Amino acid sequence: MSSEQILALLPILVTSAASVVVMLLVALKRSHGLVFGVTVGSLLVALAAIGSSVSVMPQAVSSLLIMDRFALLYIGLILAATLAVALLSYAYLESRAERREEYYILLLLAAAGSEVLAAAGSYVSFFLGLEILSISLYGLVAYRRQTPLGIEAGVKYLILAGASSGFILFGMALIYAEQGSLQFAALAAAKGSSFDVVSLVGFALIVVGVGFKLAVVPFHLWTPDVYQGAPAPVTAFVATVSKGAMFALLLRYFIQLDLYQYGAVVLVFGIIAALSILAGNILGLLQNNVKRMLAYSSIAHVGYLLVALLASGPLAVSSVTFYLIAYFITNLGAFGVVGYLSSGEREAEEIDDYRGLAWRRPWVAGALTASLLSLAGIPLTAGFIGKFFIIAAGAGSRLWALLIILVVGSVVSFFYYFRLVLAIFREPDAGAQVPYPSASLAGGIALSVLTLLLVWLGVYPAPLVNLLGGMTSGLL
Amino acid sequence: MILLALVAVPVAGGLLGWALGRRSTLVPRWISLVAMVLDLGLSIVLWAEHPAASIGGGPWIAKLTLPWIPQWGIQFELAADGLSLLMIVLTALLGVASVIVSWSTVRERVAFYNLNLCLVIGGIVGVFVALDLFLFYLFWELMLIPMYFIIAIWGHEKRQAASIKFLLFTQAGGLLMLLAILALFFIHGATSGEYTFDYFKLLGTPLAPGVATAVMLGFFVAFAIKLPAVPVHTWLPDAHTQAPTAGSVILAGLLLKTGAYGLIRFVVPLFPNAALQFAPIAMILGVAGVIYGAALAFAQDDLKRLVAYTSISHLGFVLIGVFAWNTLALQGAIVTMVAHGLSTGALFILAGSIQDRLHTRDMRAMGGFWESAPRFGGIMLFFALASLGLPGLADFVGEFLVLLGTYAVAPVIAIIAAVGVVLSAVYALWMIYRTFQGRQAPGRALPDLKAREMAVLAVLAALLLWIGLFPQRVLDTAAPSINQLQAGRTALVVPHGVHRDEL
Repeated sequence: MSSEQILALLPILVTSAASVVVMLLVALKRSHGLVFGVTVGSLLVALAAIGSSVSVMPQAVSSLLIMDRFALLYIGLILAATLAVALLSYAYLESRAERREEYYILLLLAAAGSEVLAAAGSYVSFFLGLEILSISLYGLVAYRRQTPLGIEAGVKYLILAGASSGFILFGMALIYAEQGSLQFAALAAAKGSSFDVVSLVGFALIVVGVGFKLAVVPFHLWTPDVYQGAPAPVTAFVATVSKGAMFALLLRYFIQLDLYQYGAVVLVFGIIAALSILAGNILGLLQNNVKRMLAYSSIAHVGYLLVALLASGPLAVSSVTFYLIAYFITNLGAFGVVGYLSSGEREAEEIDDYRGLAWRRPWVAGALTASLLSLAGIPLTAGFIGKFFIIAAGAGSRLWALLIILVVGSVVSFFYYFRLVLAIFREPDAGAQVPYPSASLAGGIALSVLTLLLVWLGVYPAPLVNLLGGMTSGLL
Repeated sequence: MILLALVAVPVAGGLLGWALGRRSTLVPRWISLVAMVLDLGLSIVLWAEHPAASIGGGPWIAKLTLPWIPQWGIQFELAADGLSLLMIVLTALLGVASVIVSWSTVRERVAFYNLNLCLVIGGIVGVFVALDLFLFYLFWELMLIPMYFIIAIWGHEKRQAASIKFLLFTQAGGLLMLLAILALFFIHGATSGEYTFDYFKLLGTPLAPGVATAVMLGFFVAFAIKLPAVPVHTWLPDAHTQAPTAGSVILAGLLLKTGAYGLIRFVVPLFPNAALQFAPIAMILGVAGVIYGAALAFAQDDLKRLVAYTSISHLGFVLIGVFAWNTLALQGAIVTMVAHGLSTGALFILAGSIQDRLHTRDMRAMGGFWESAPRFGGIMLFFALASLGLPGLADFVGEFLVLLGTYAVAPVIAIIAAVGVVLSAVYALWMIYRTFQGRQAPGRALPDLKAREMAVLAVLAALLLWIGLFPQRVLDTAAPSINQLQAGRTALVVPHGVHRDEL
């Protein structure tokens, strides 16, 4: 392996090494503060390492990983989001008596797996990244293991993610048996104008597995339970990093194999997108639990993302990426507030927990309101520009039917987002006020930065759009 | 830059008042009042500098273009013509009125309330001056959120349902409009090679007839919801009734006008052919609104609901006037927009005052108030007469011109709409009868108006009288915009009956 390849891999190497370092630290001395500091520090170093990787890209590292602009951008996004999750986790874990230090090992491992997914250029690295990510998440999702909900979430995630990995593996085997290669590039070169039956079955099985990870309808049934049972910062991670990494892979796969030319594939993803938008938003209406509500909302948002993915054309990649960035910021903010307000005993997850938040904790309420407005796609937030970008991409490719569904879904979604906004601005209940934990510095910093980014991208997106504009050329 | 200032002053005032006013309730009130008065001053200065006579050639009197998101052809482009100017002056004026009428009635969360009030005014001014379609959409959405908060937090007993209904209706329309904007953007880009949201460049985009109708309908539905035209009006009575007084004033006086403004500014110039074909349907919707609104207004027991339904009736005239599409009808539509803003705004202030004093809006519990509150009664009668279209007051000028212009194009519509004028007399006088005349409800005396309320209402009354007697000033200001529209109309294939335009 040449030094340039090592340089290109640096962000992934730093993240992986950090998890080992943290593990050794925990073996020597248990200190939450120290472990937290090392985690945050190593994430920052990994982020900085992207700068040096940029100088040697694009670089194929063995036949497994492709470190190009696209991969580096998504790796940066994953690292930044993991950093935000770490910052939001500190106070959350501090208020709980359970073992806290292992959490960071798992978090770093999950981040490393996501990075591999974002850079995967072959089925092997796809599966490796996926498993590293999933196995870390089993532990993270069940981290509240004293509570029945935590156990339920963990077991549910374990069984279903295990099954979906099986699907993916079987699909890969079928494709390999037929095509004789695991490389995306080789598959792209060899593919004919239509699939043979074996490859088609293999591909369908992979779609099932990917659909599970993305939590799109009809593979979404685990989502609300896992989102509810997992600790709020982990929920934020599952909603953002885990989905984002999978979406990066899907995007690369779609474009590299030019799946747009297969009408059946486009149709299947179109139906999945439409179902996700409608089911996610309609089921979101029925929820009184904020975490479950955000879970359904995230299903719908992946549906929006699929619309942009199907748009093809030059706008598709940049619109998907922009929307993902907006989605990351927004969901990290929303789940971040949920975690921020959760005390040691209970999660702040009922709508009533937020009643009168605006008058009791105005700044936190501001952050949550901004996130909700962004989810709803109100102007001056990142979510608005993102939704605009997606609709533009769809309109550019004349996907009118999907766009109408998107509009209908968005209108429905206003109802439940604003239900929570309304609760935030209601008079506080004079009798039984839910106690909020005291403010935490790390969480406060993370929430402020997220909210500022959210508004900044909503007001002046031009620099980011510029950055994303050159991404399509970096692909392939 | 003055256009930017017109948008920025209320926004900055609101933010400043909110930042400084966490402790005192008086500070945010004064700061927002100062901001609104400043905004009104600026708009009047702009008006004084640009009387119609001095405008040659094009109708545009001020313009500002800054780069924003060049990759997508989006600019920060503001421009105003006579129509925008009239609407801005109205907005600033009602903005001042809203701050004053909320002075003693809103006692909770004053800083946040005034912030929302200022933001909604800033957003509405933005709608009236934004001429980049992306920017327009942004302001269009942006003005809704503070309005939503005003209804949802400071509204009356059923405020939550009303506020969410308002939001869902307007958002549905807004998103449809966004689809239409993007369709136009891509069609223009494909035909001319230049992808832009610039209104001036999108004008005259060649569209296939079917496509033009579909895209136009996207815009039309959004504006029809806001106007509101009849099948999509159901949010209005709830929102107007449940909003606090200033909220109702802004809703009726200004937000509805953004719908009418959108029709005049976007639907007709961007899609002249499609609009012409659609005109009969639009006029039928308009006349349906005139009759339906008037009939339902008569049937209400709730005072604010009554006034809300009259809005549907009055804005029906605007819809007819715009799509009758000749000089007289367009003049009438614009005067009606201004007049309705003033007279209905005043009626909502009065209805709100009654509710603040009696804690009910139910007219069955009212009656005979003239005895205890003669000034209140007199002023209420004045605005009721304005609303029913008494000659000499502004509403009359507007509706008369609309009927006159429409008669030339579609006599049947004009005749039916004229029935609406008669109905307006019925509901307006019935309203006065049930509140201020008749037998006094036992144990219910109405305290008379205070000086502050009198001052606001006197200004509104004077303006109604001024426009009613000397409408020429308003017509002159709007003339270049109307001429521009007319030029677009005559450029089209001339259908049967247009020779009577010269009427």
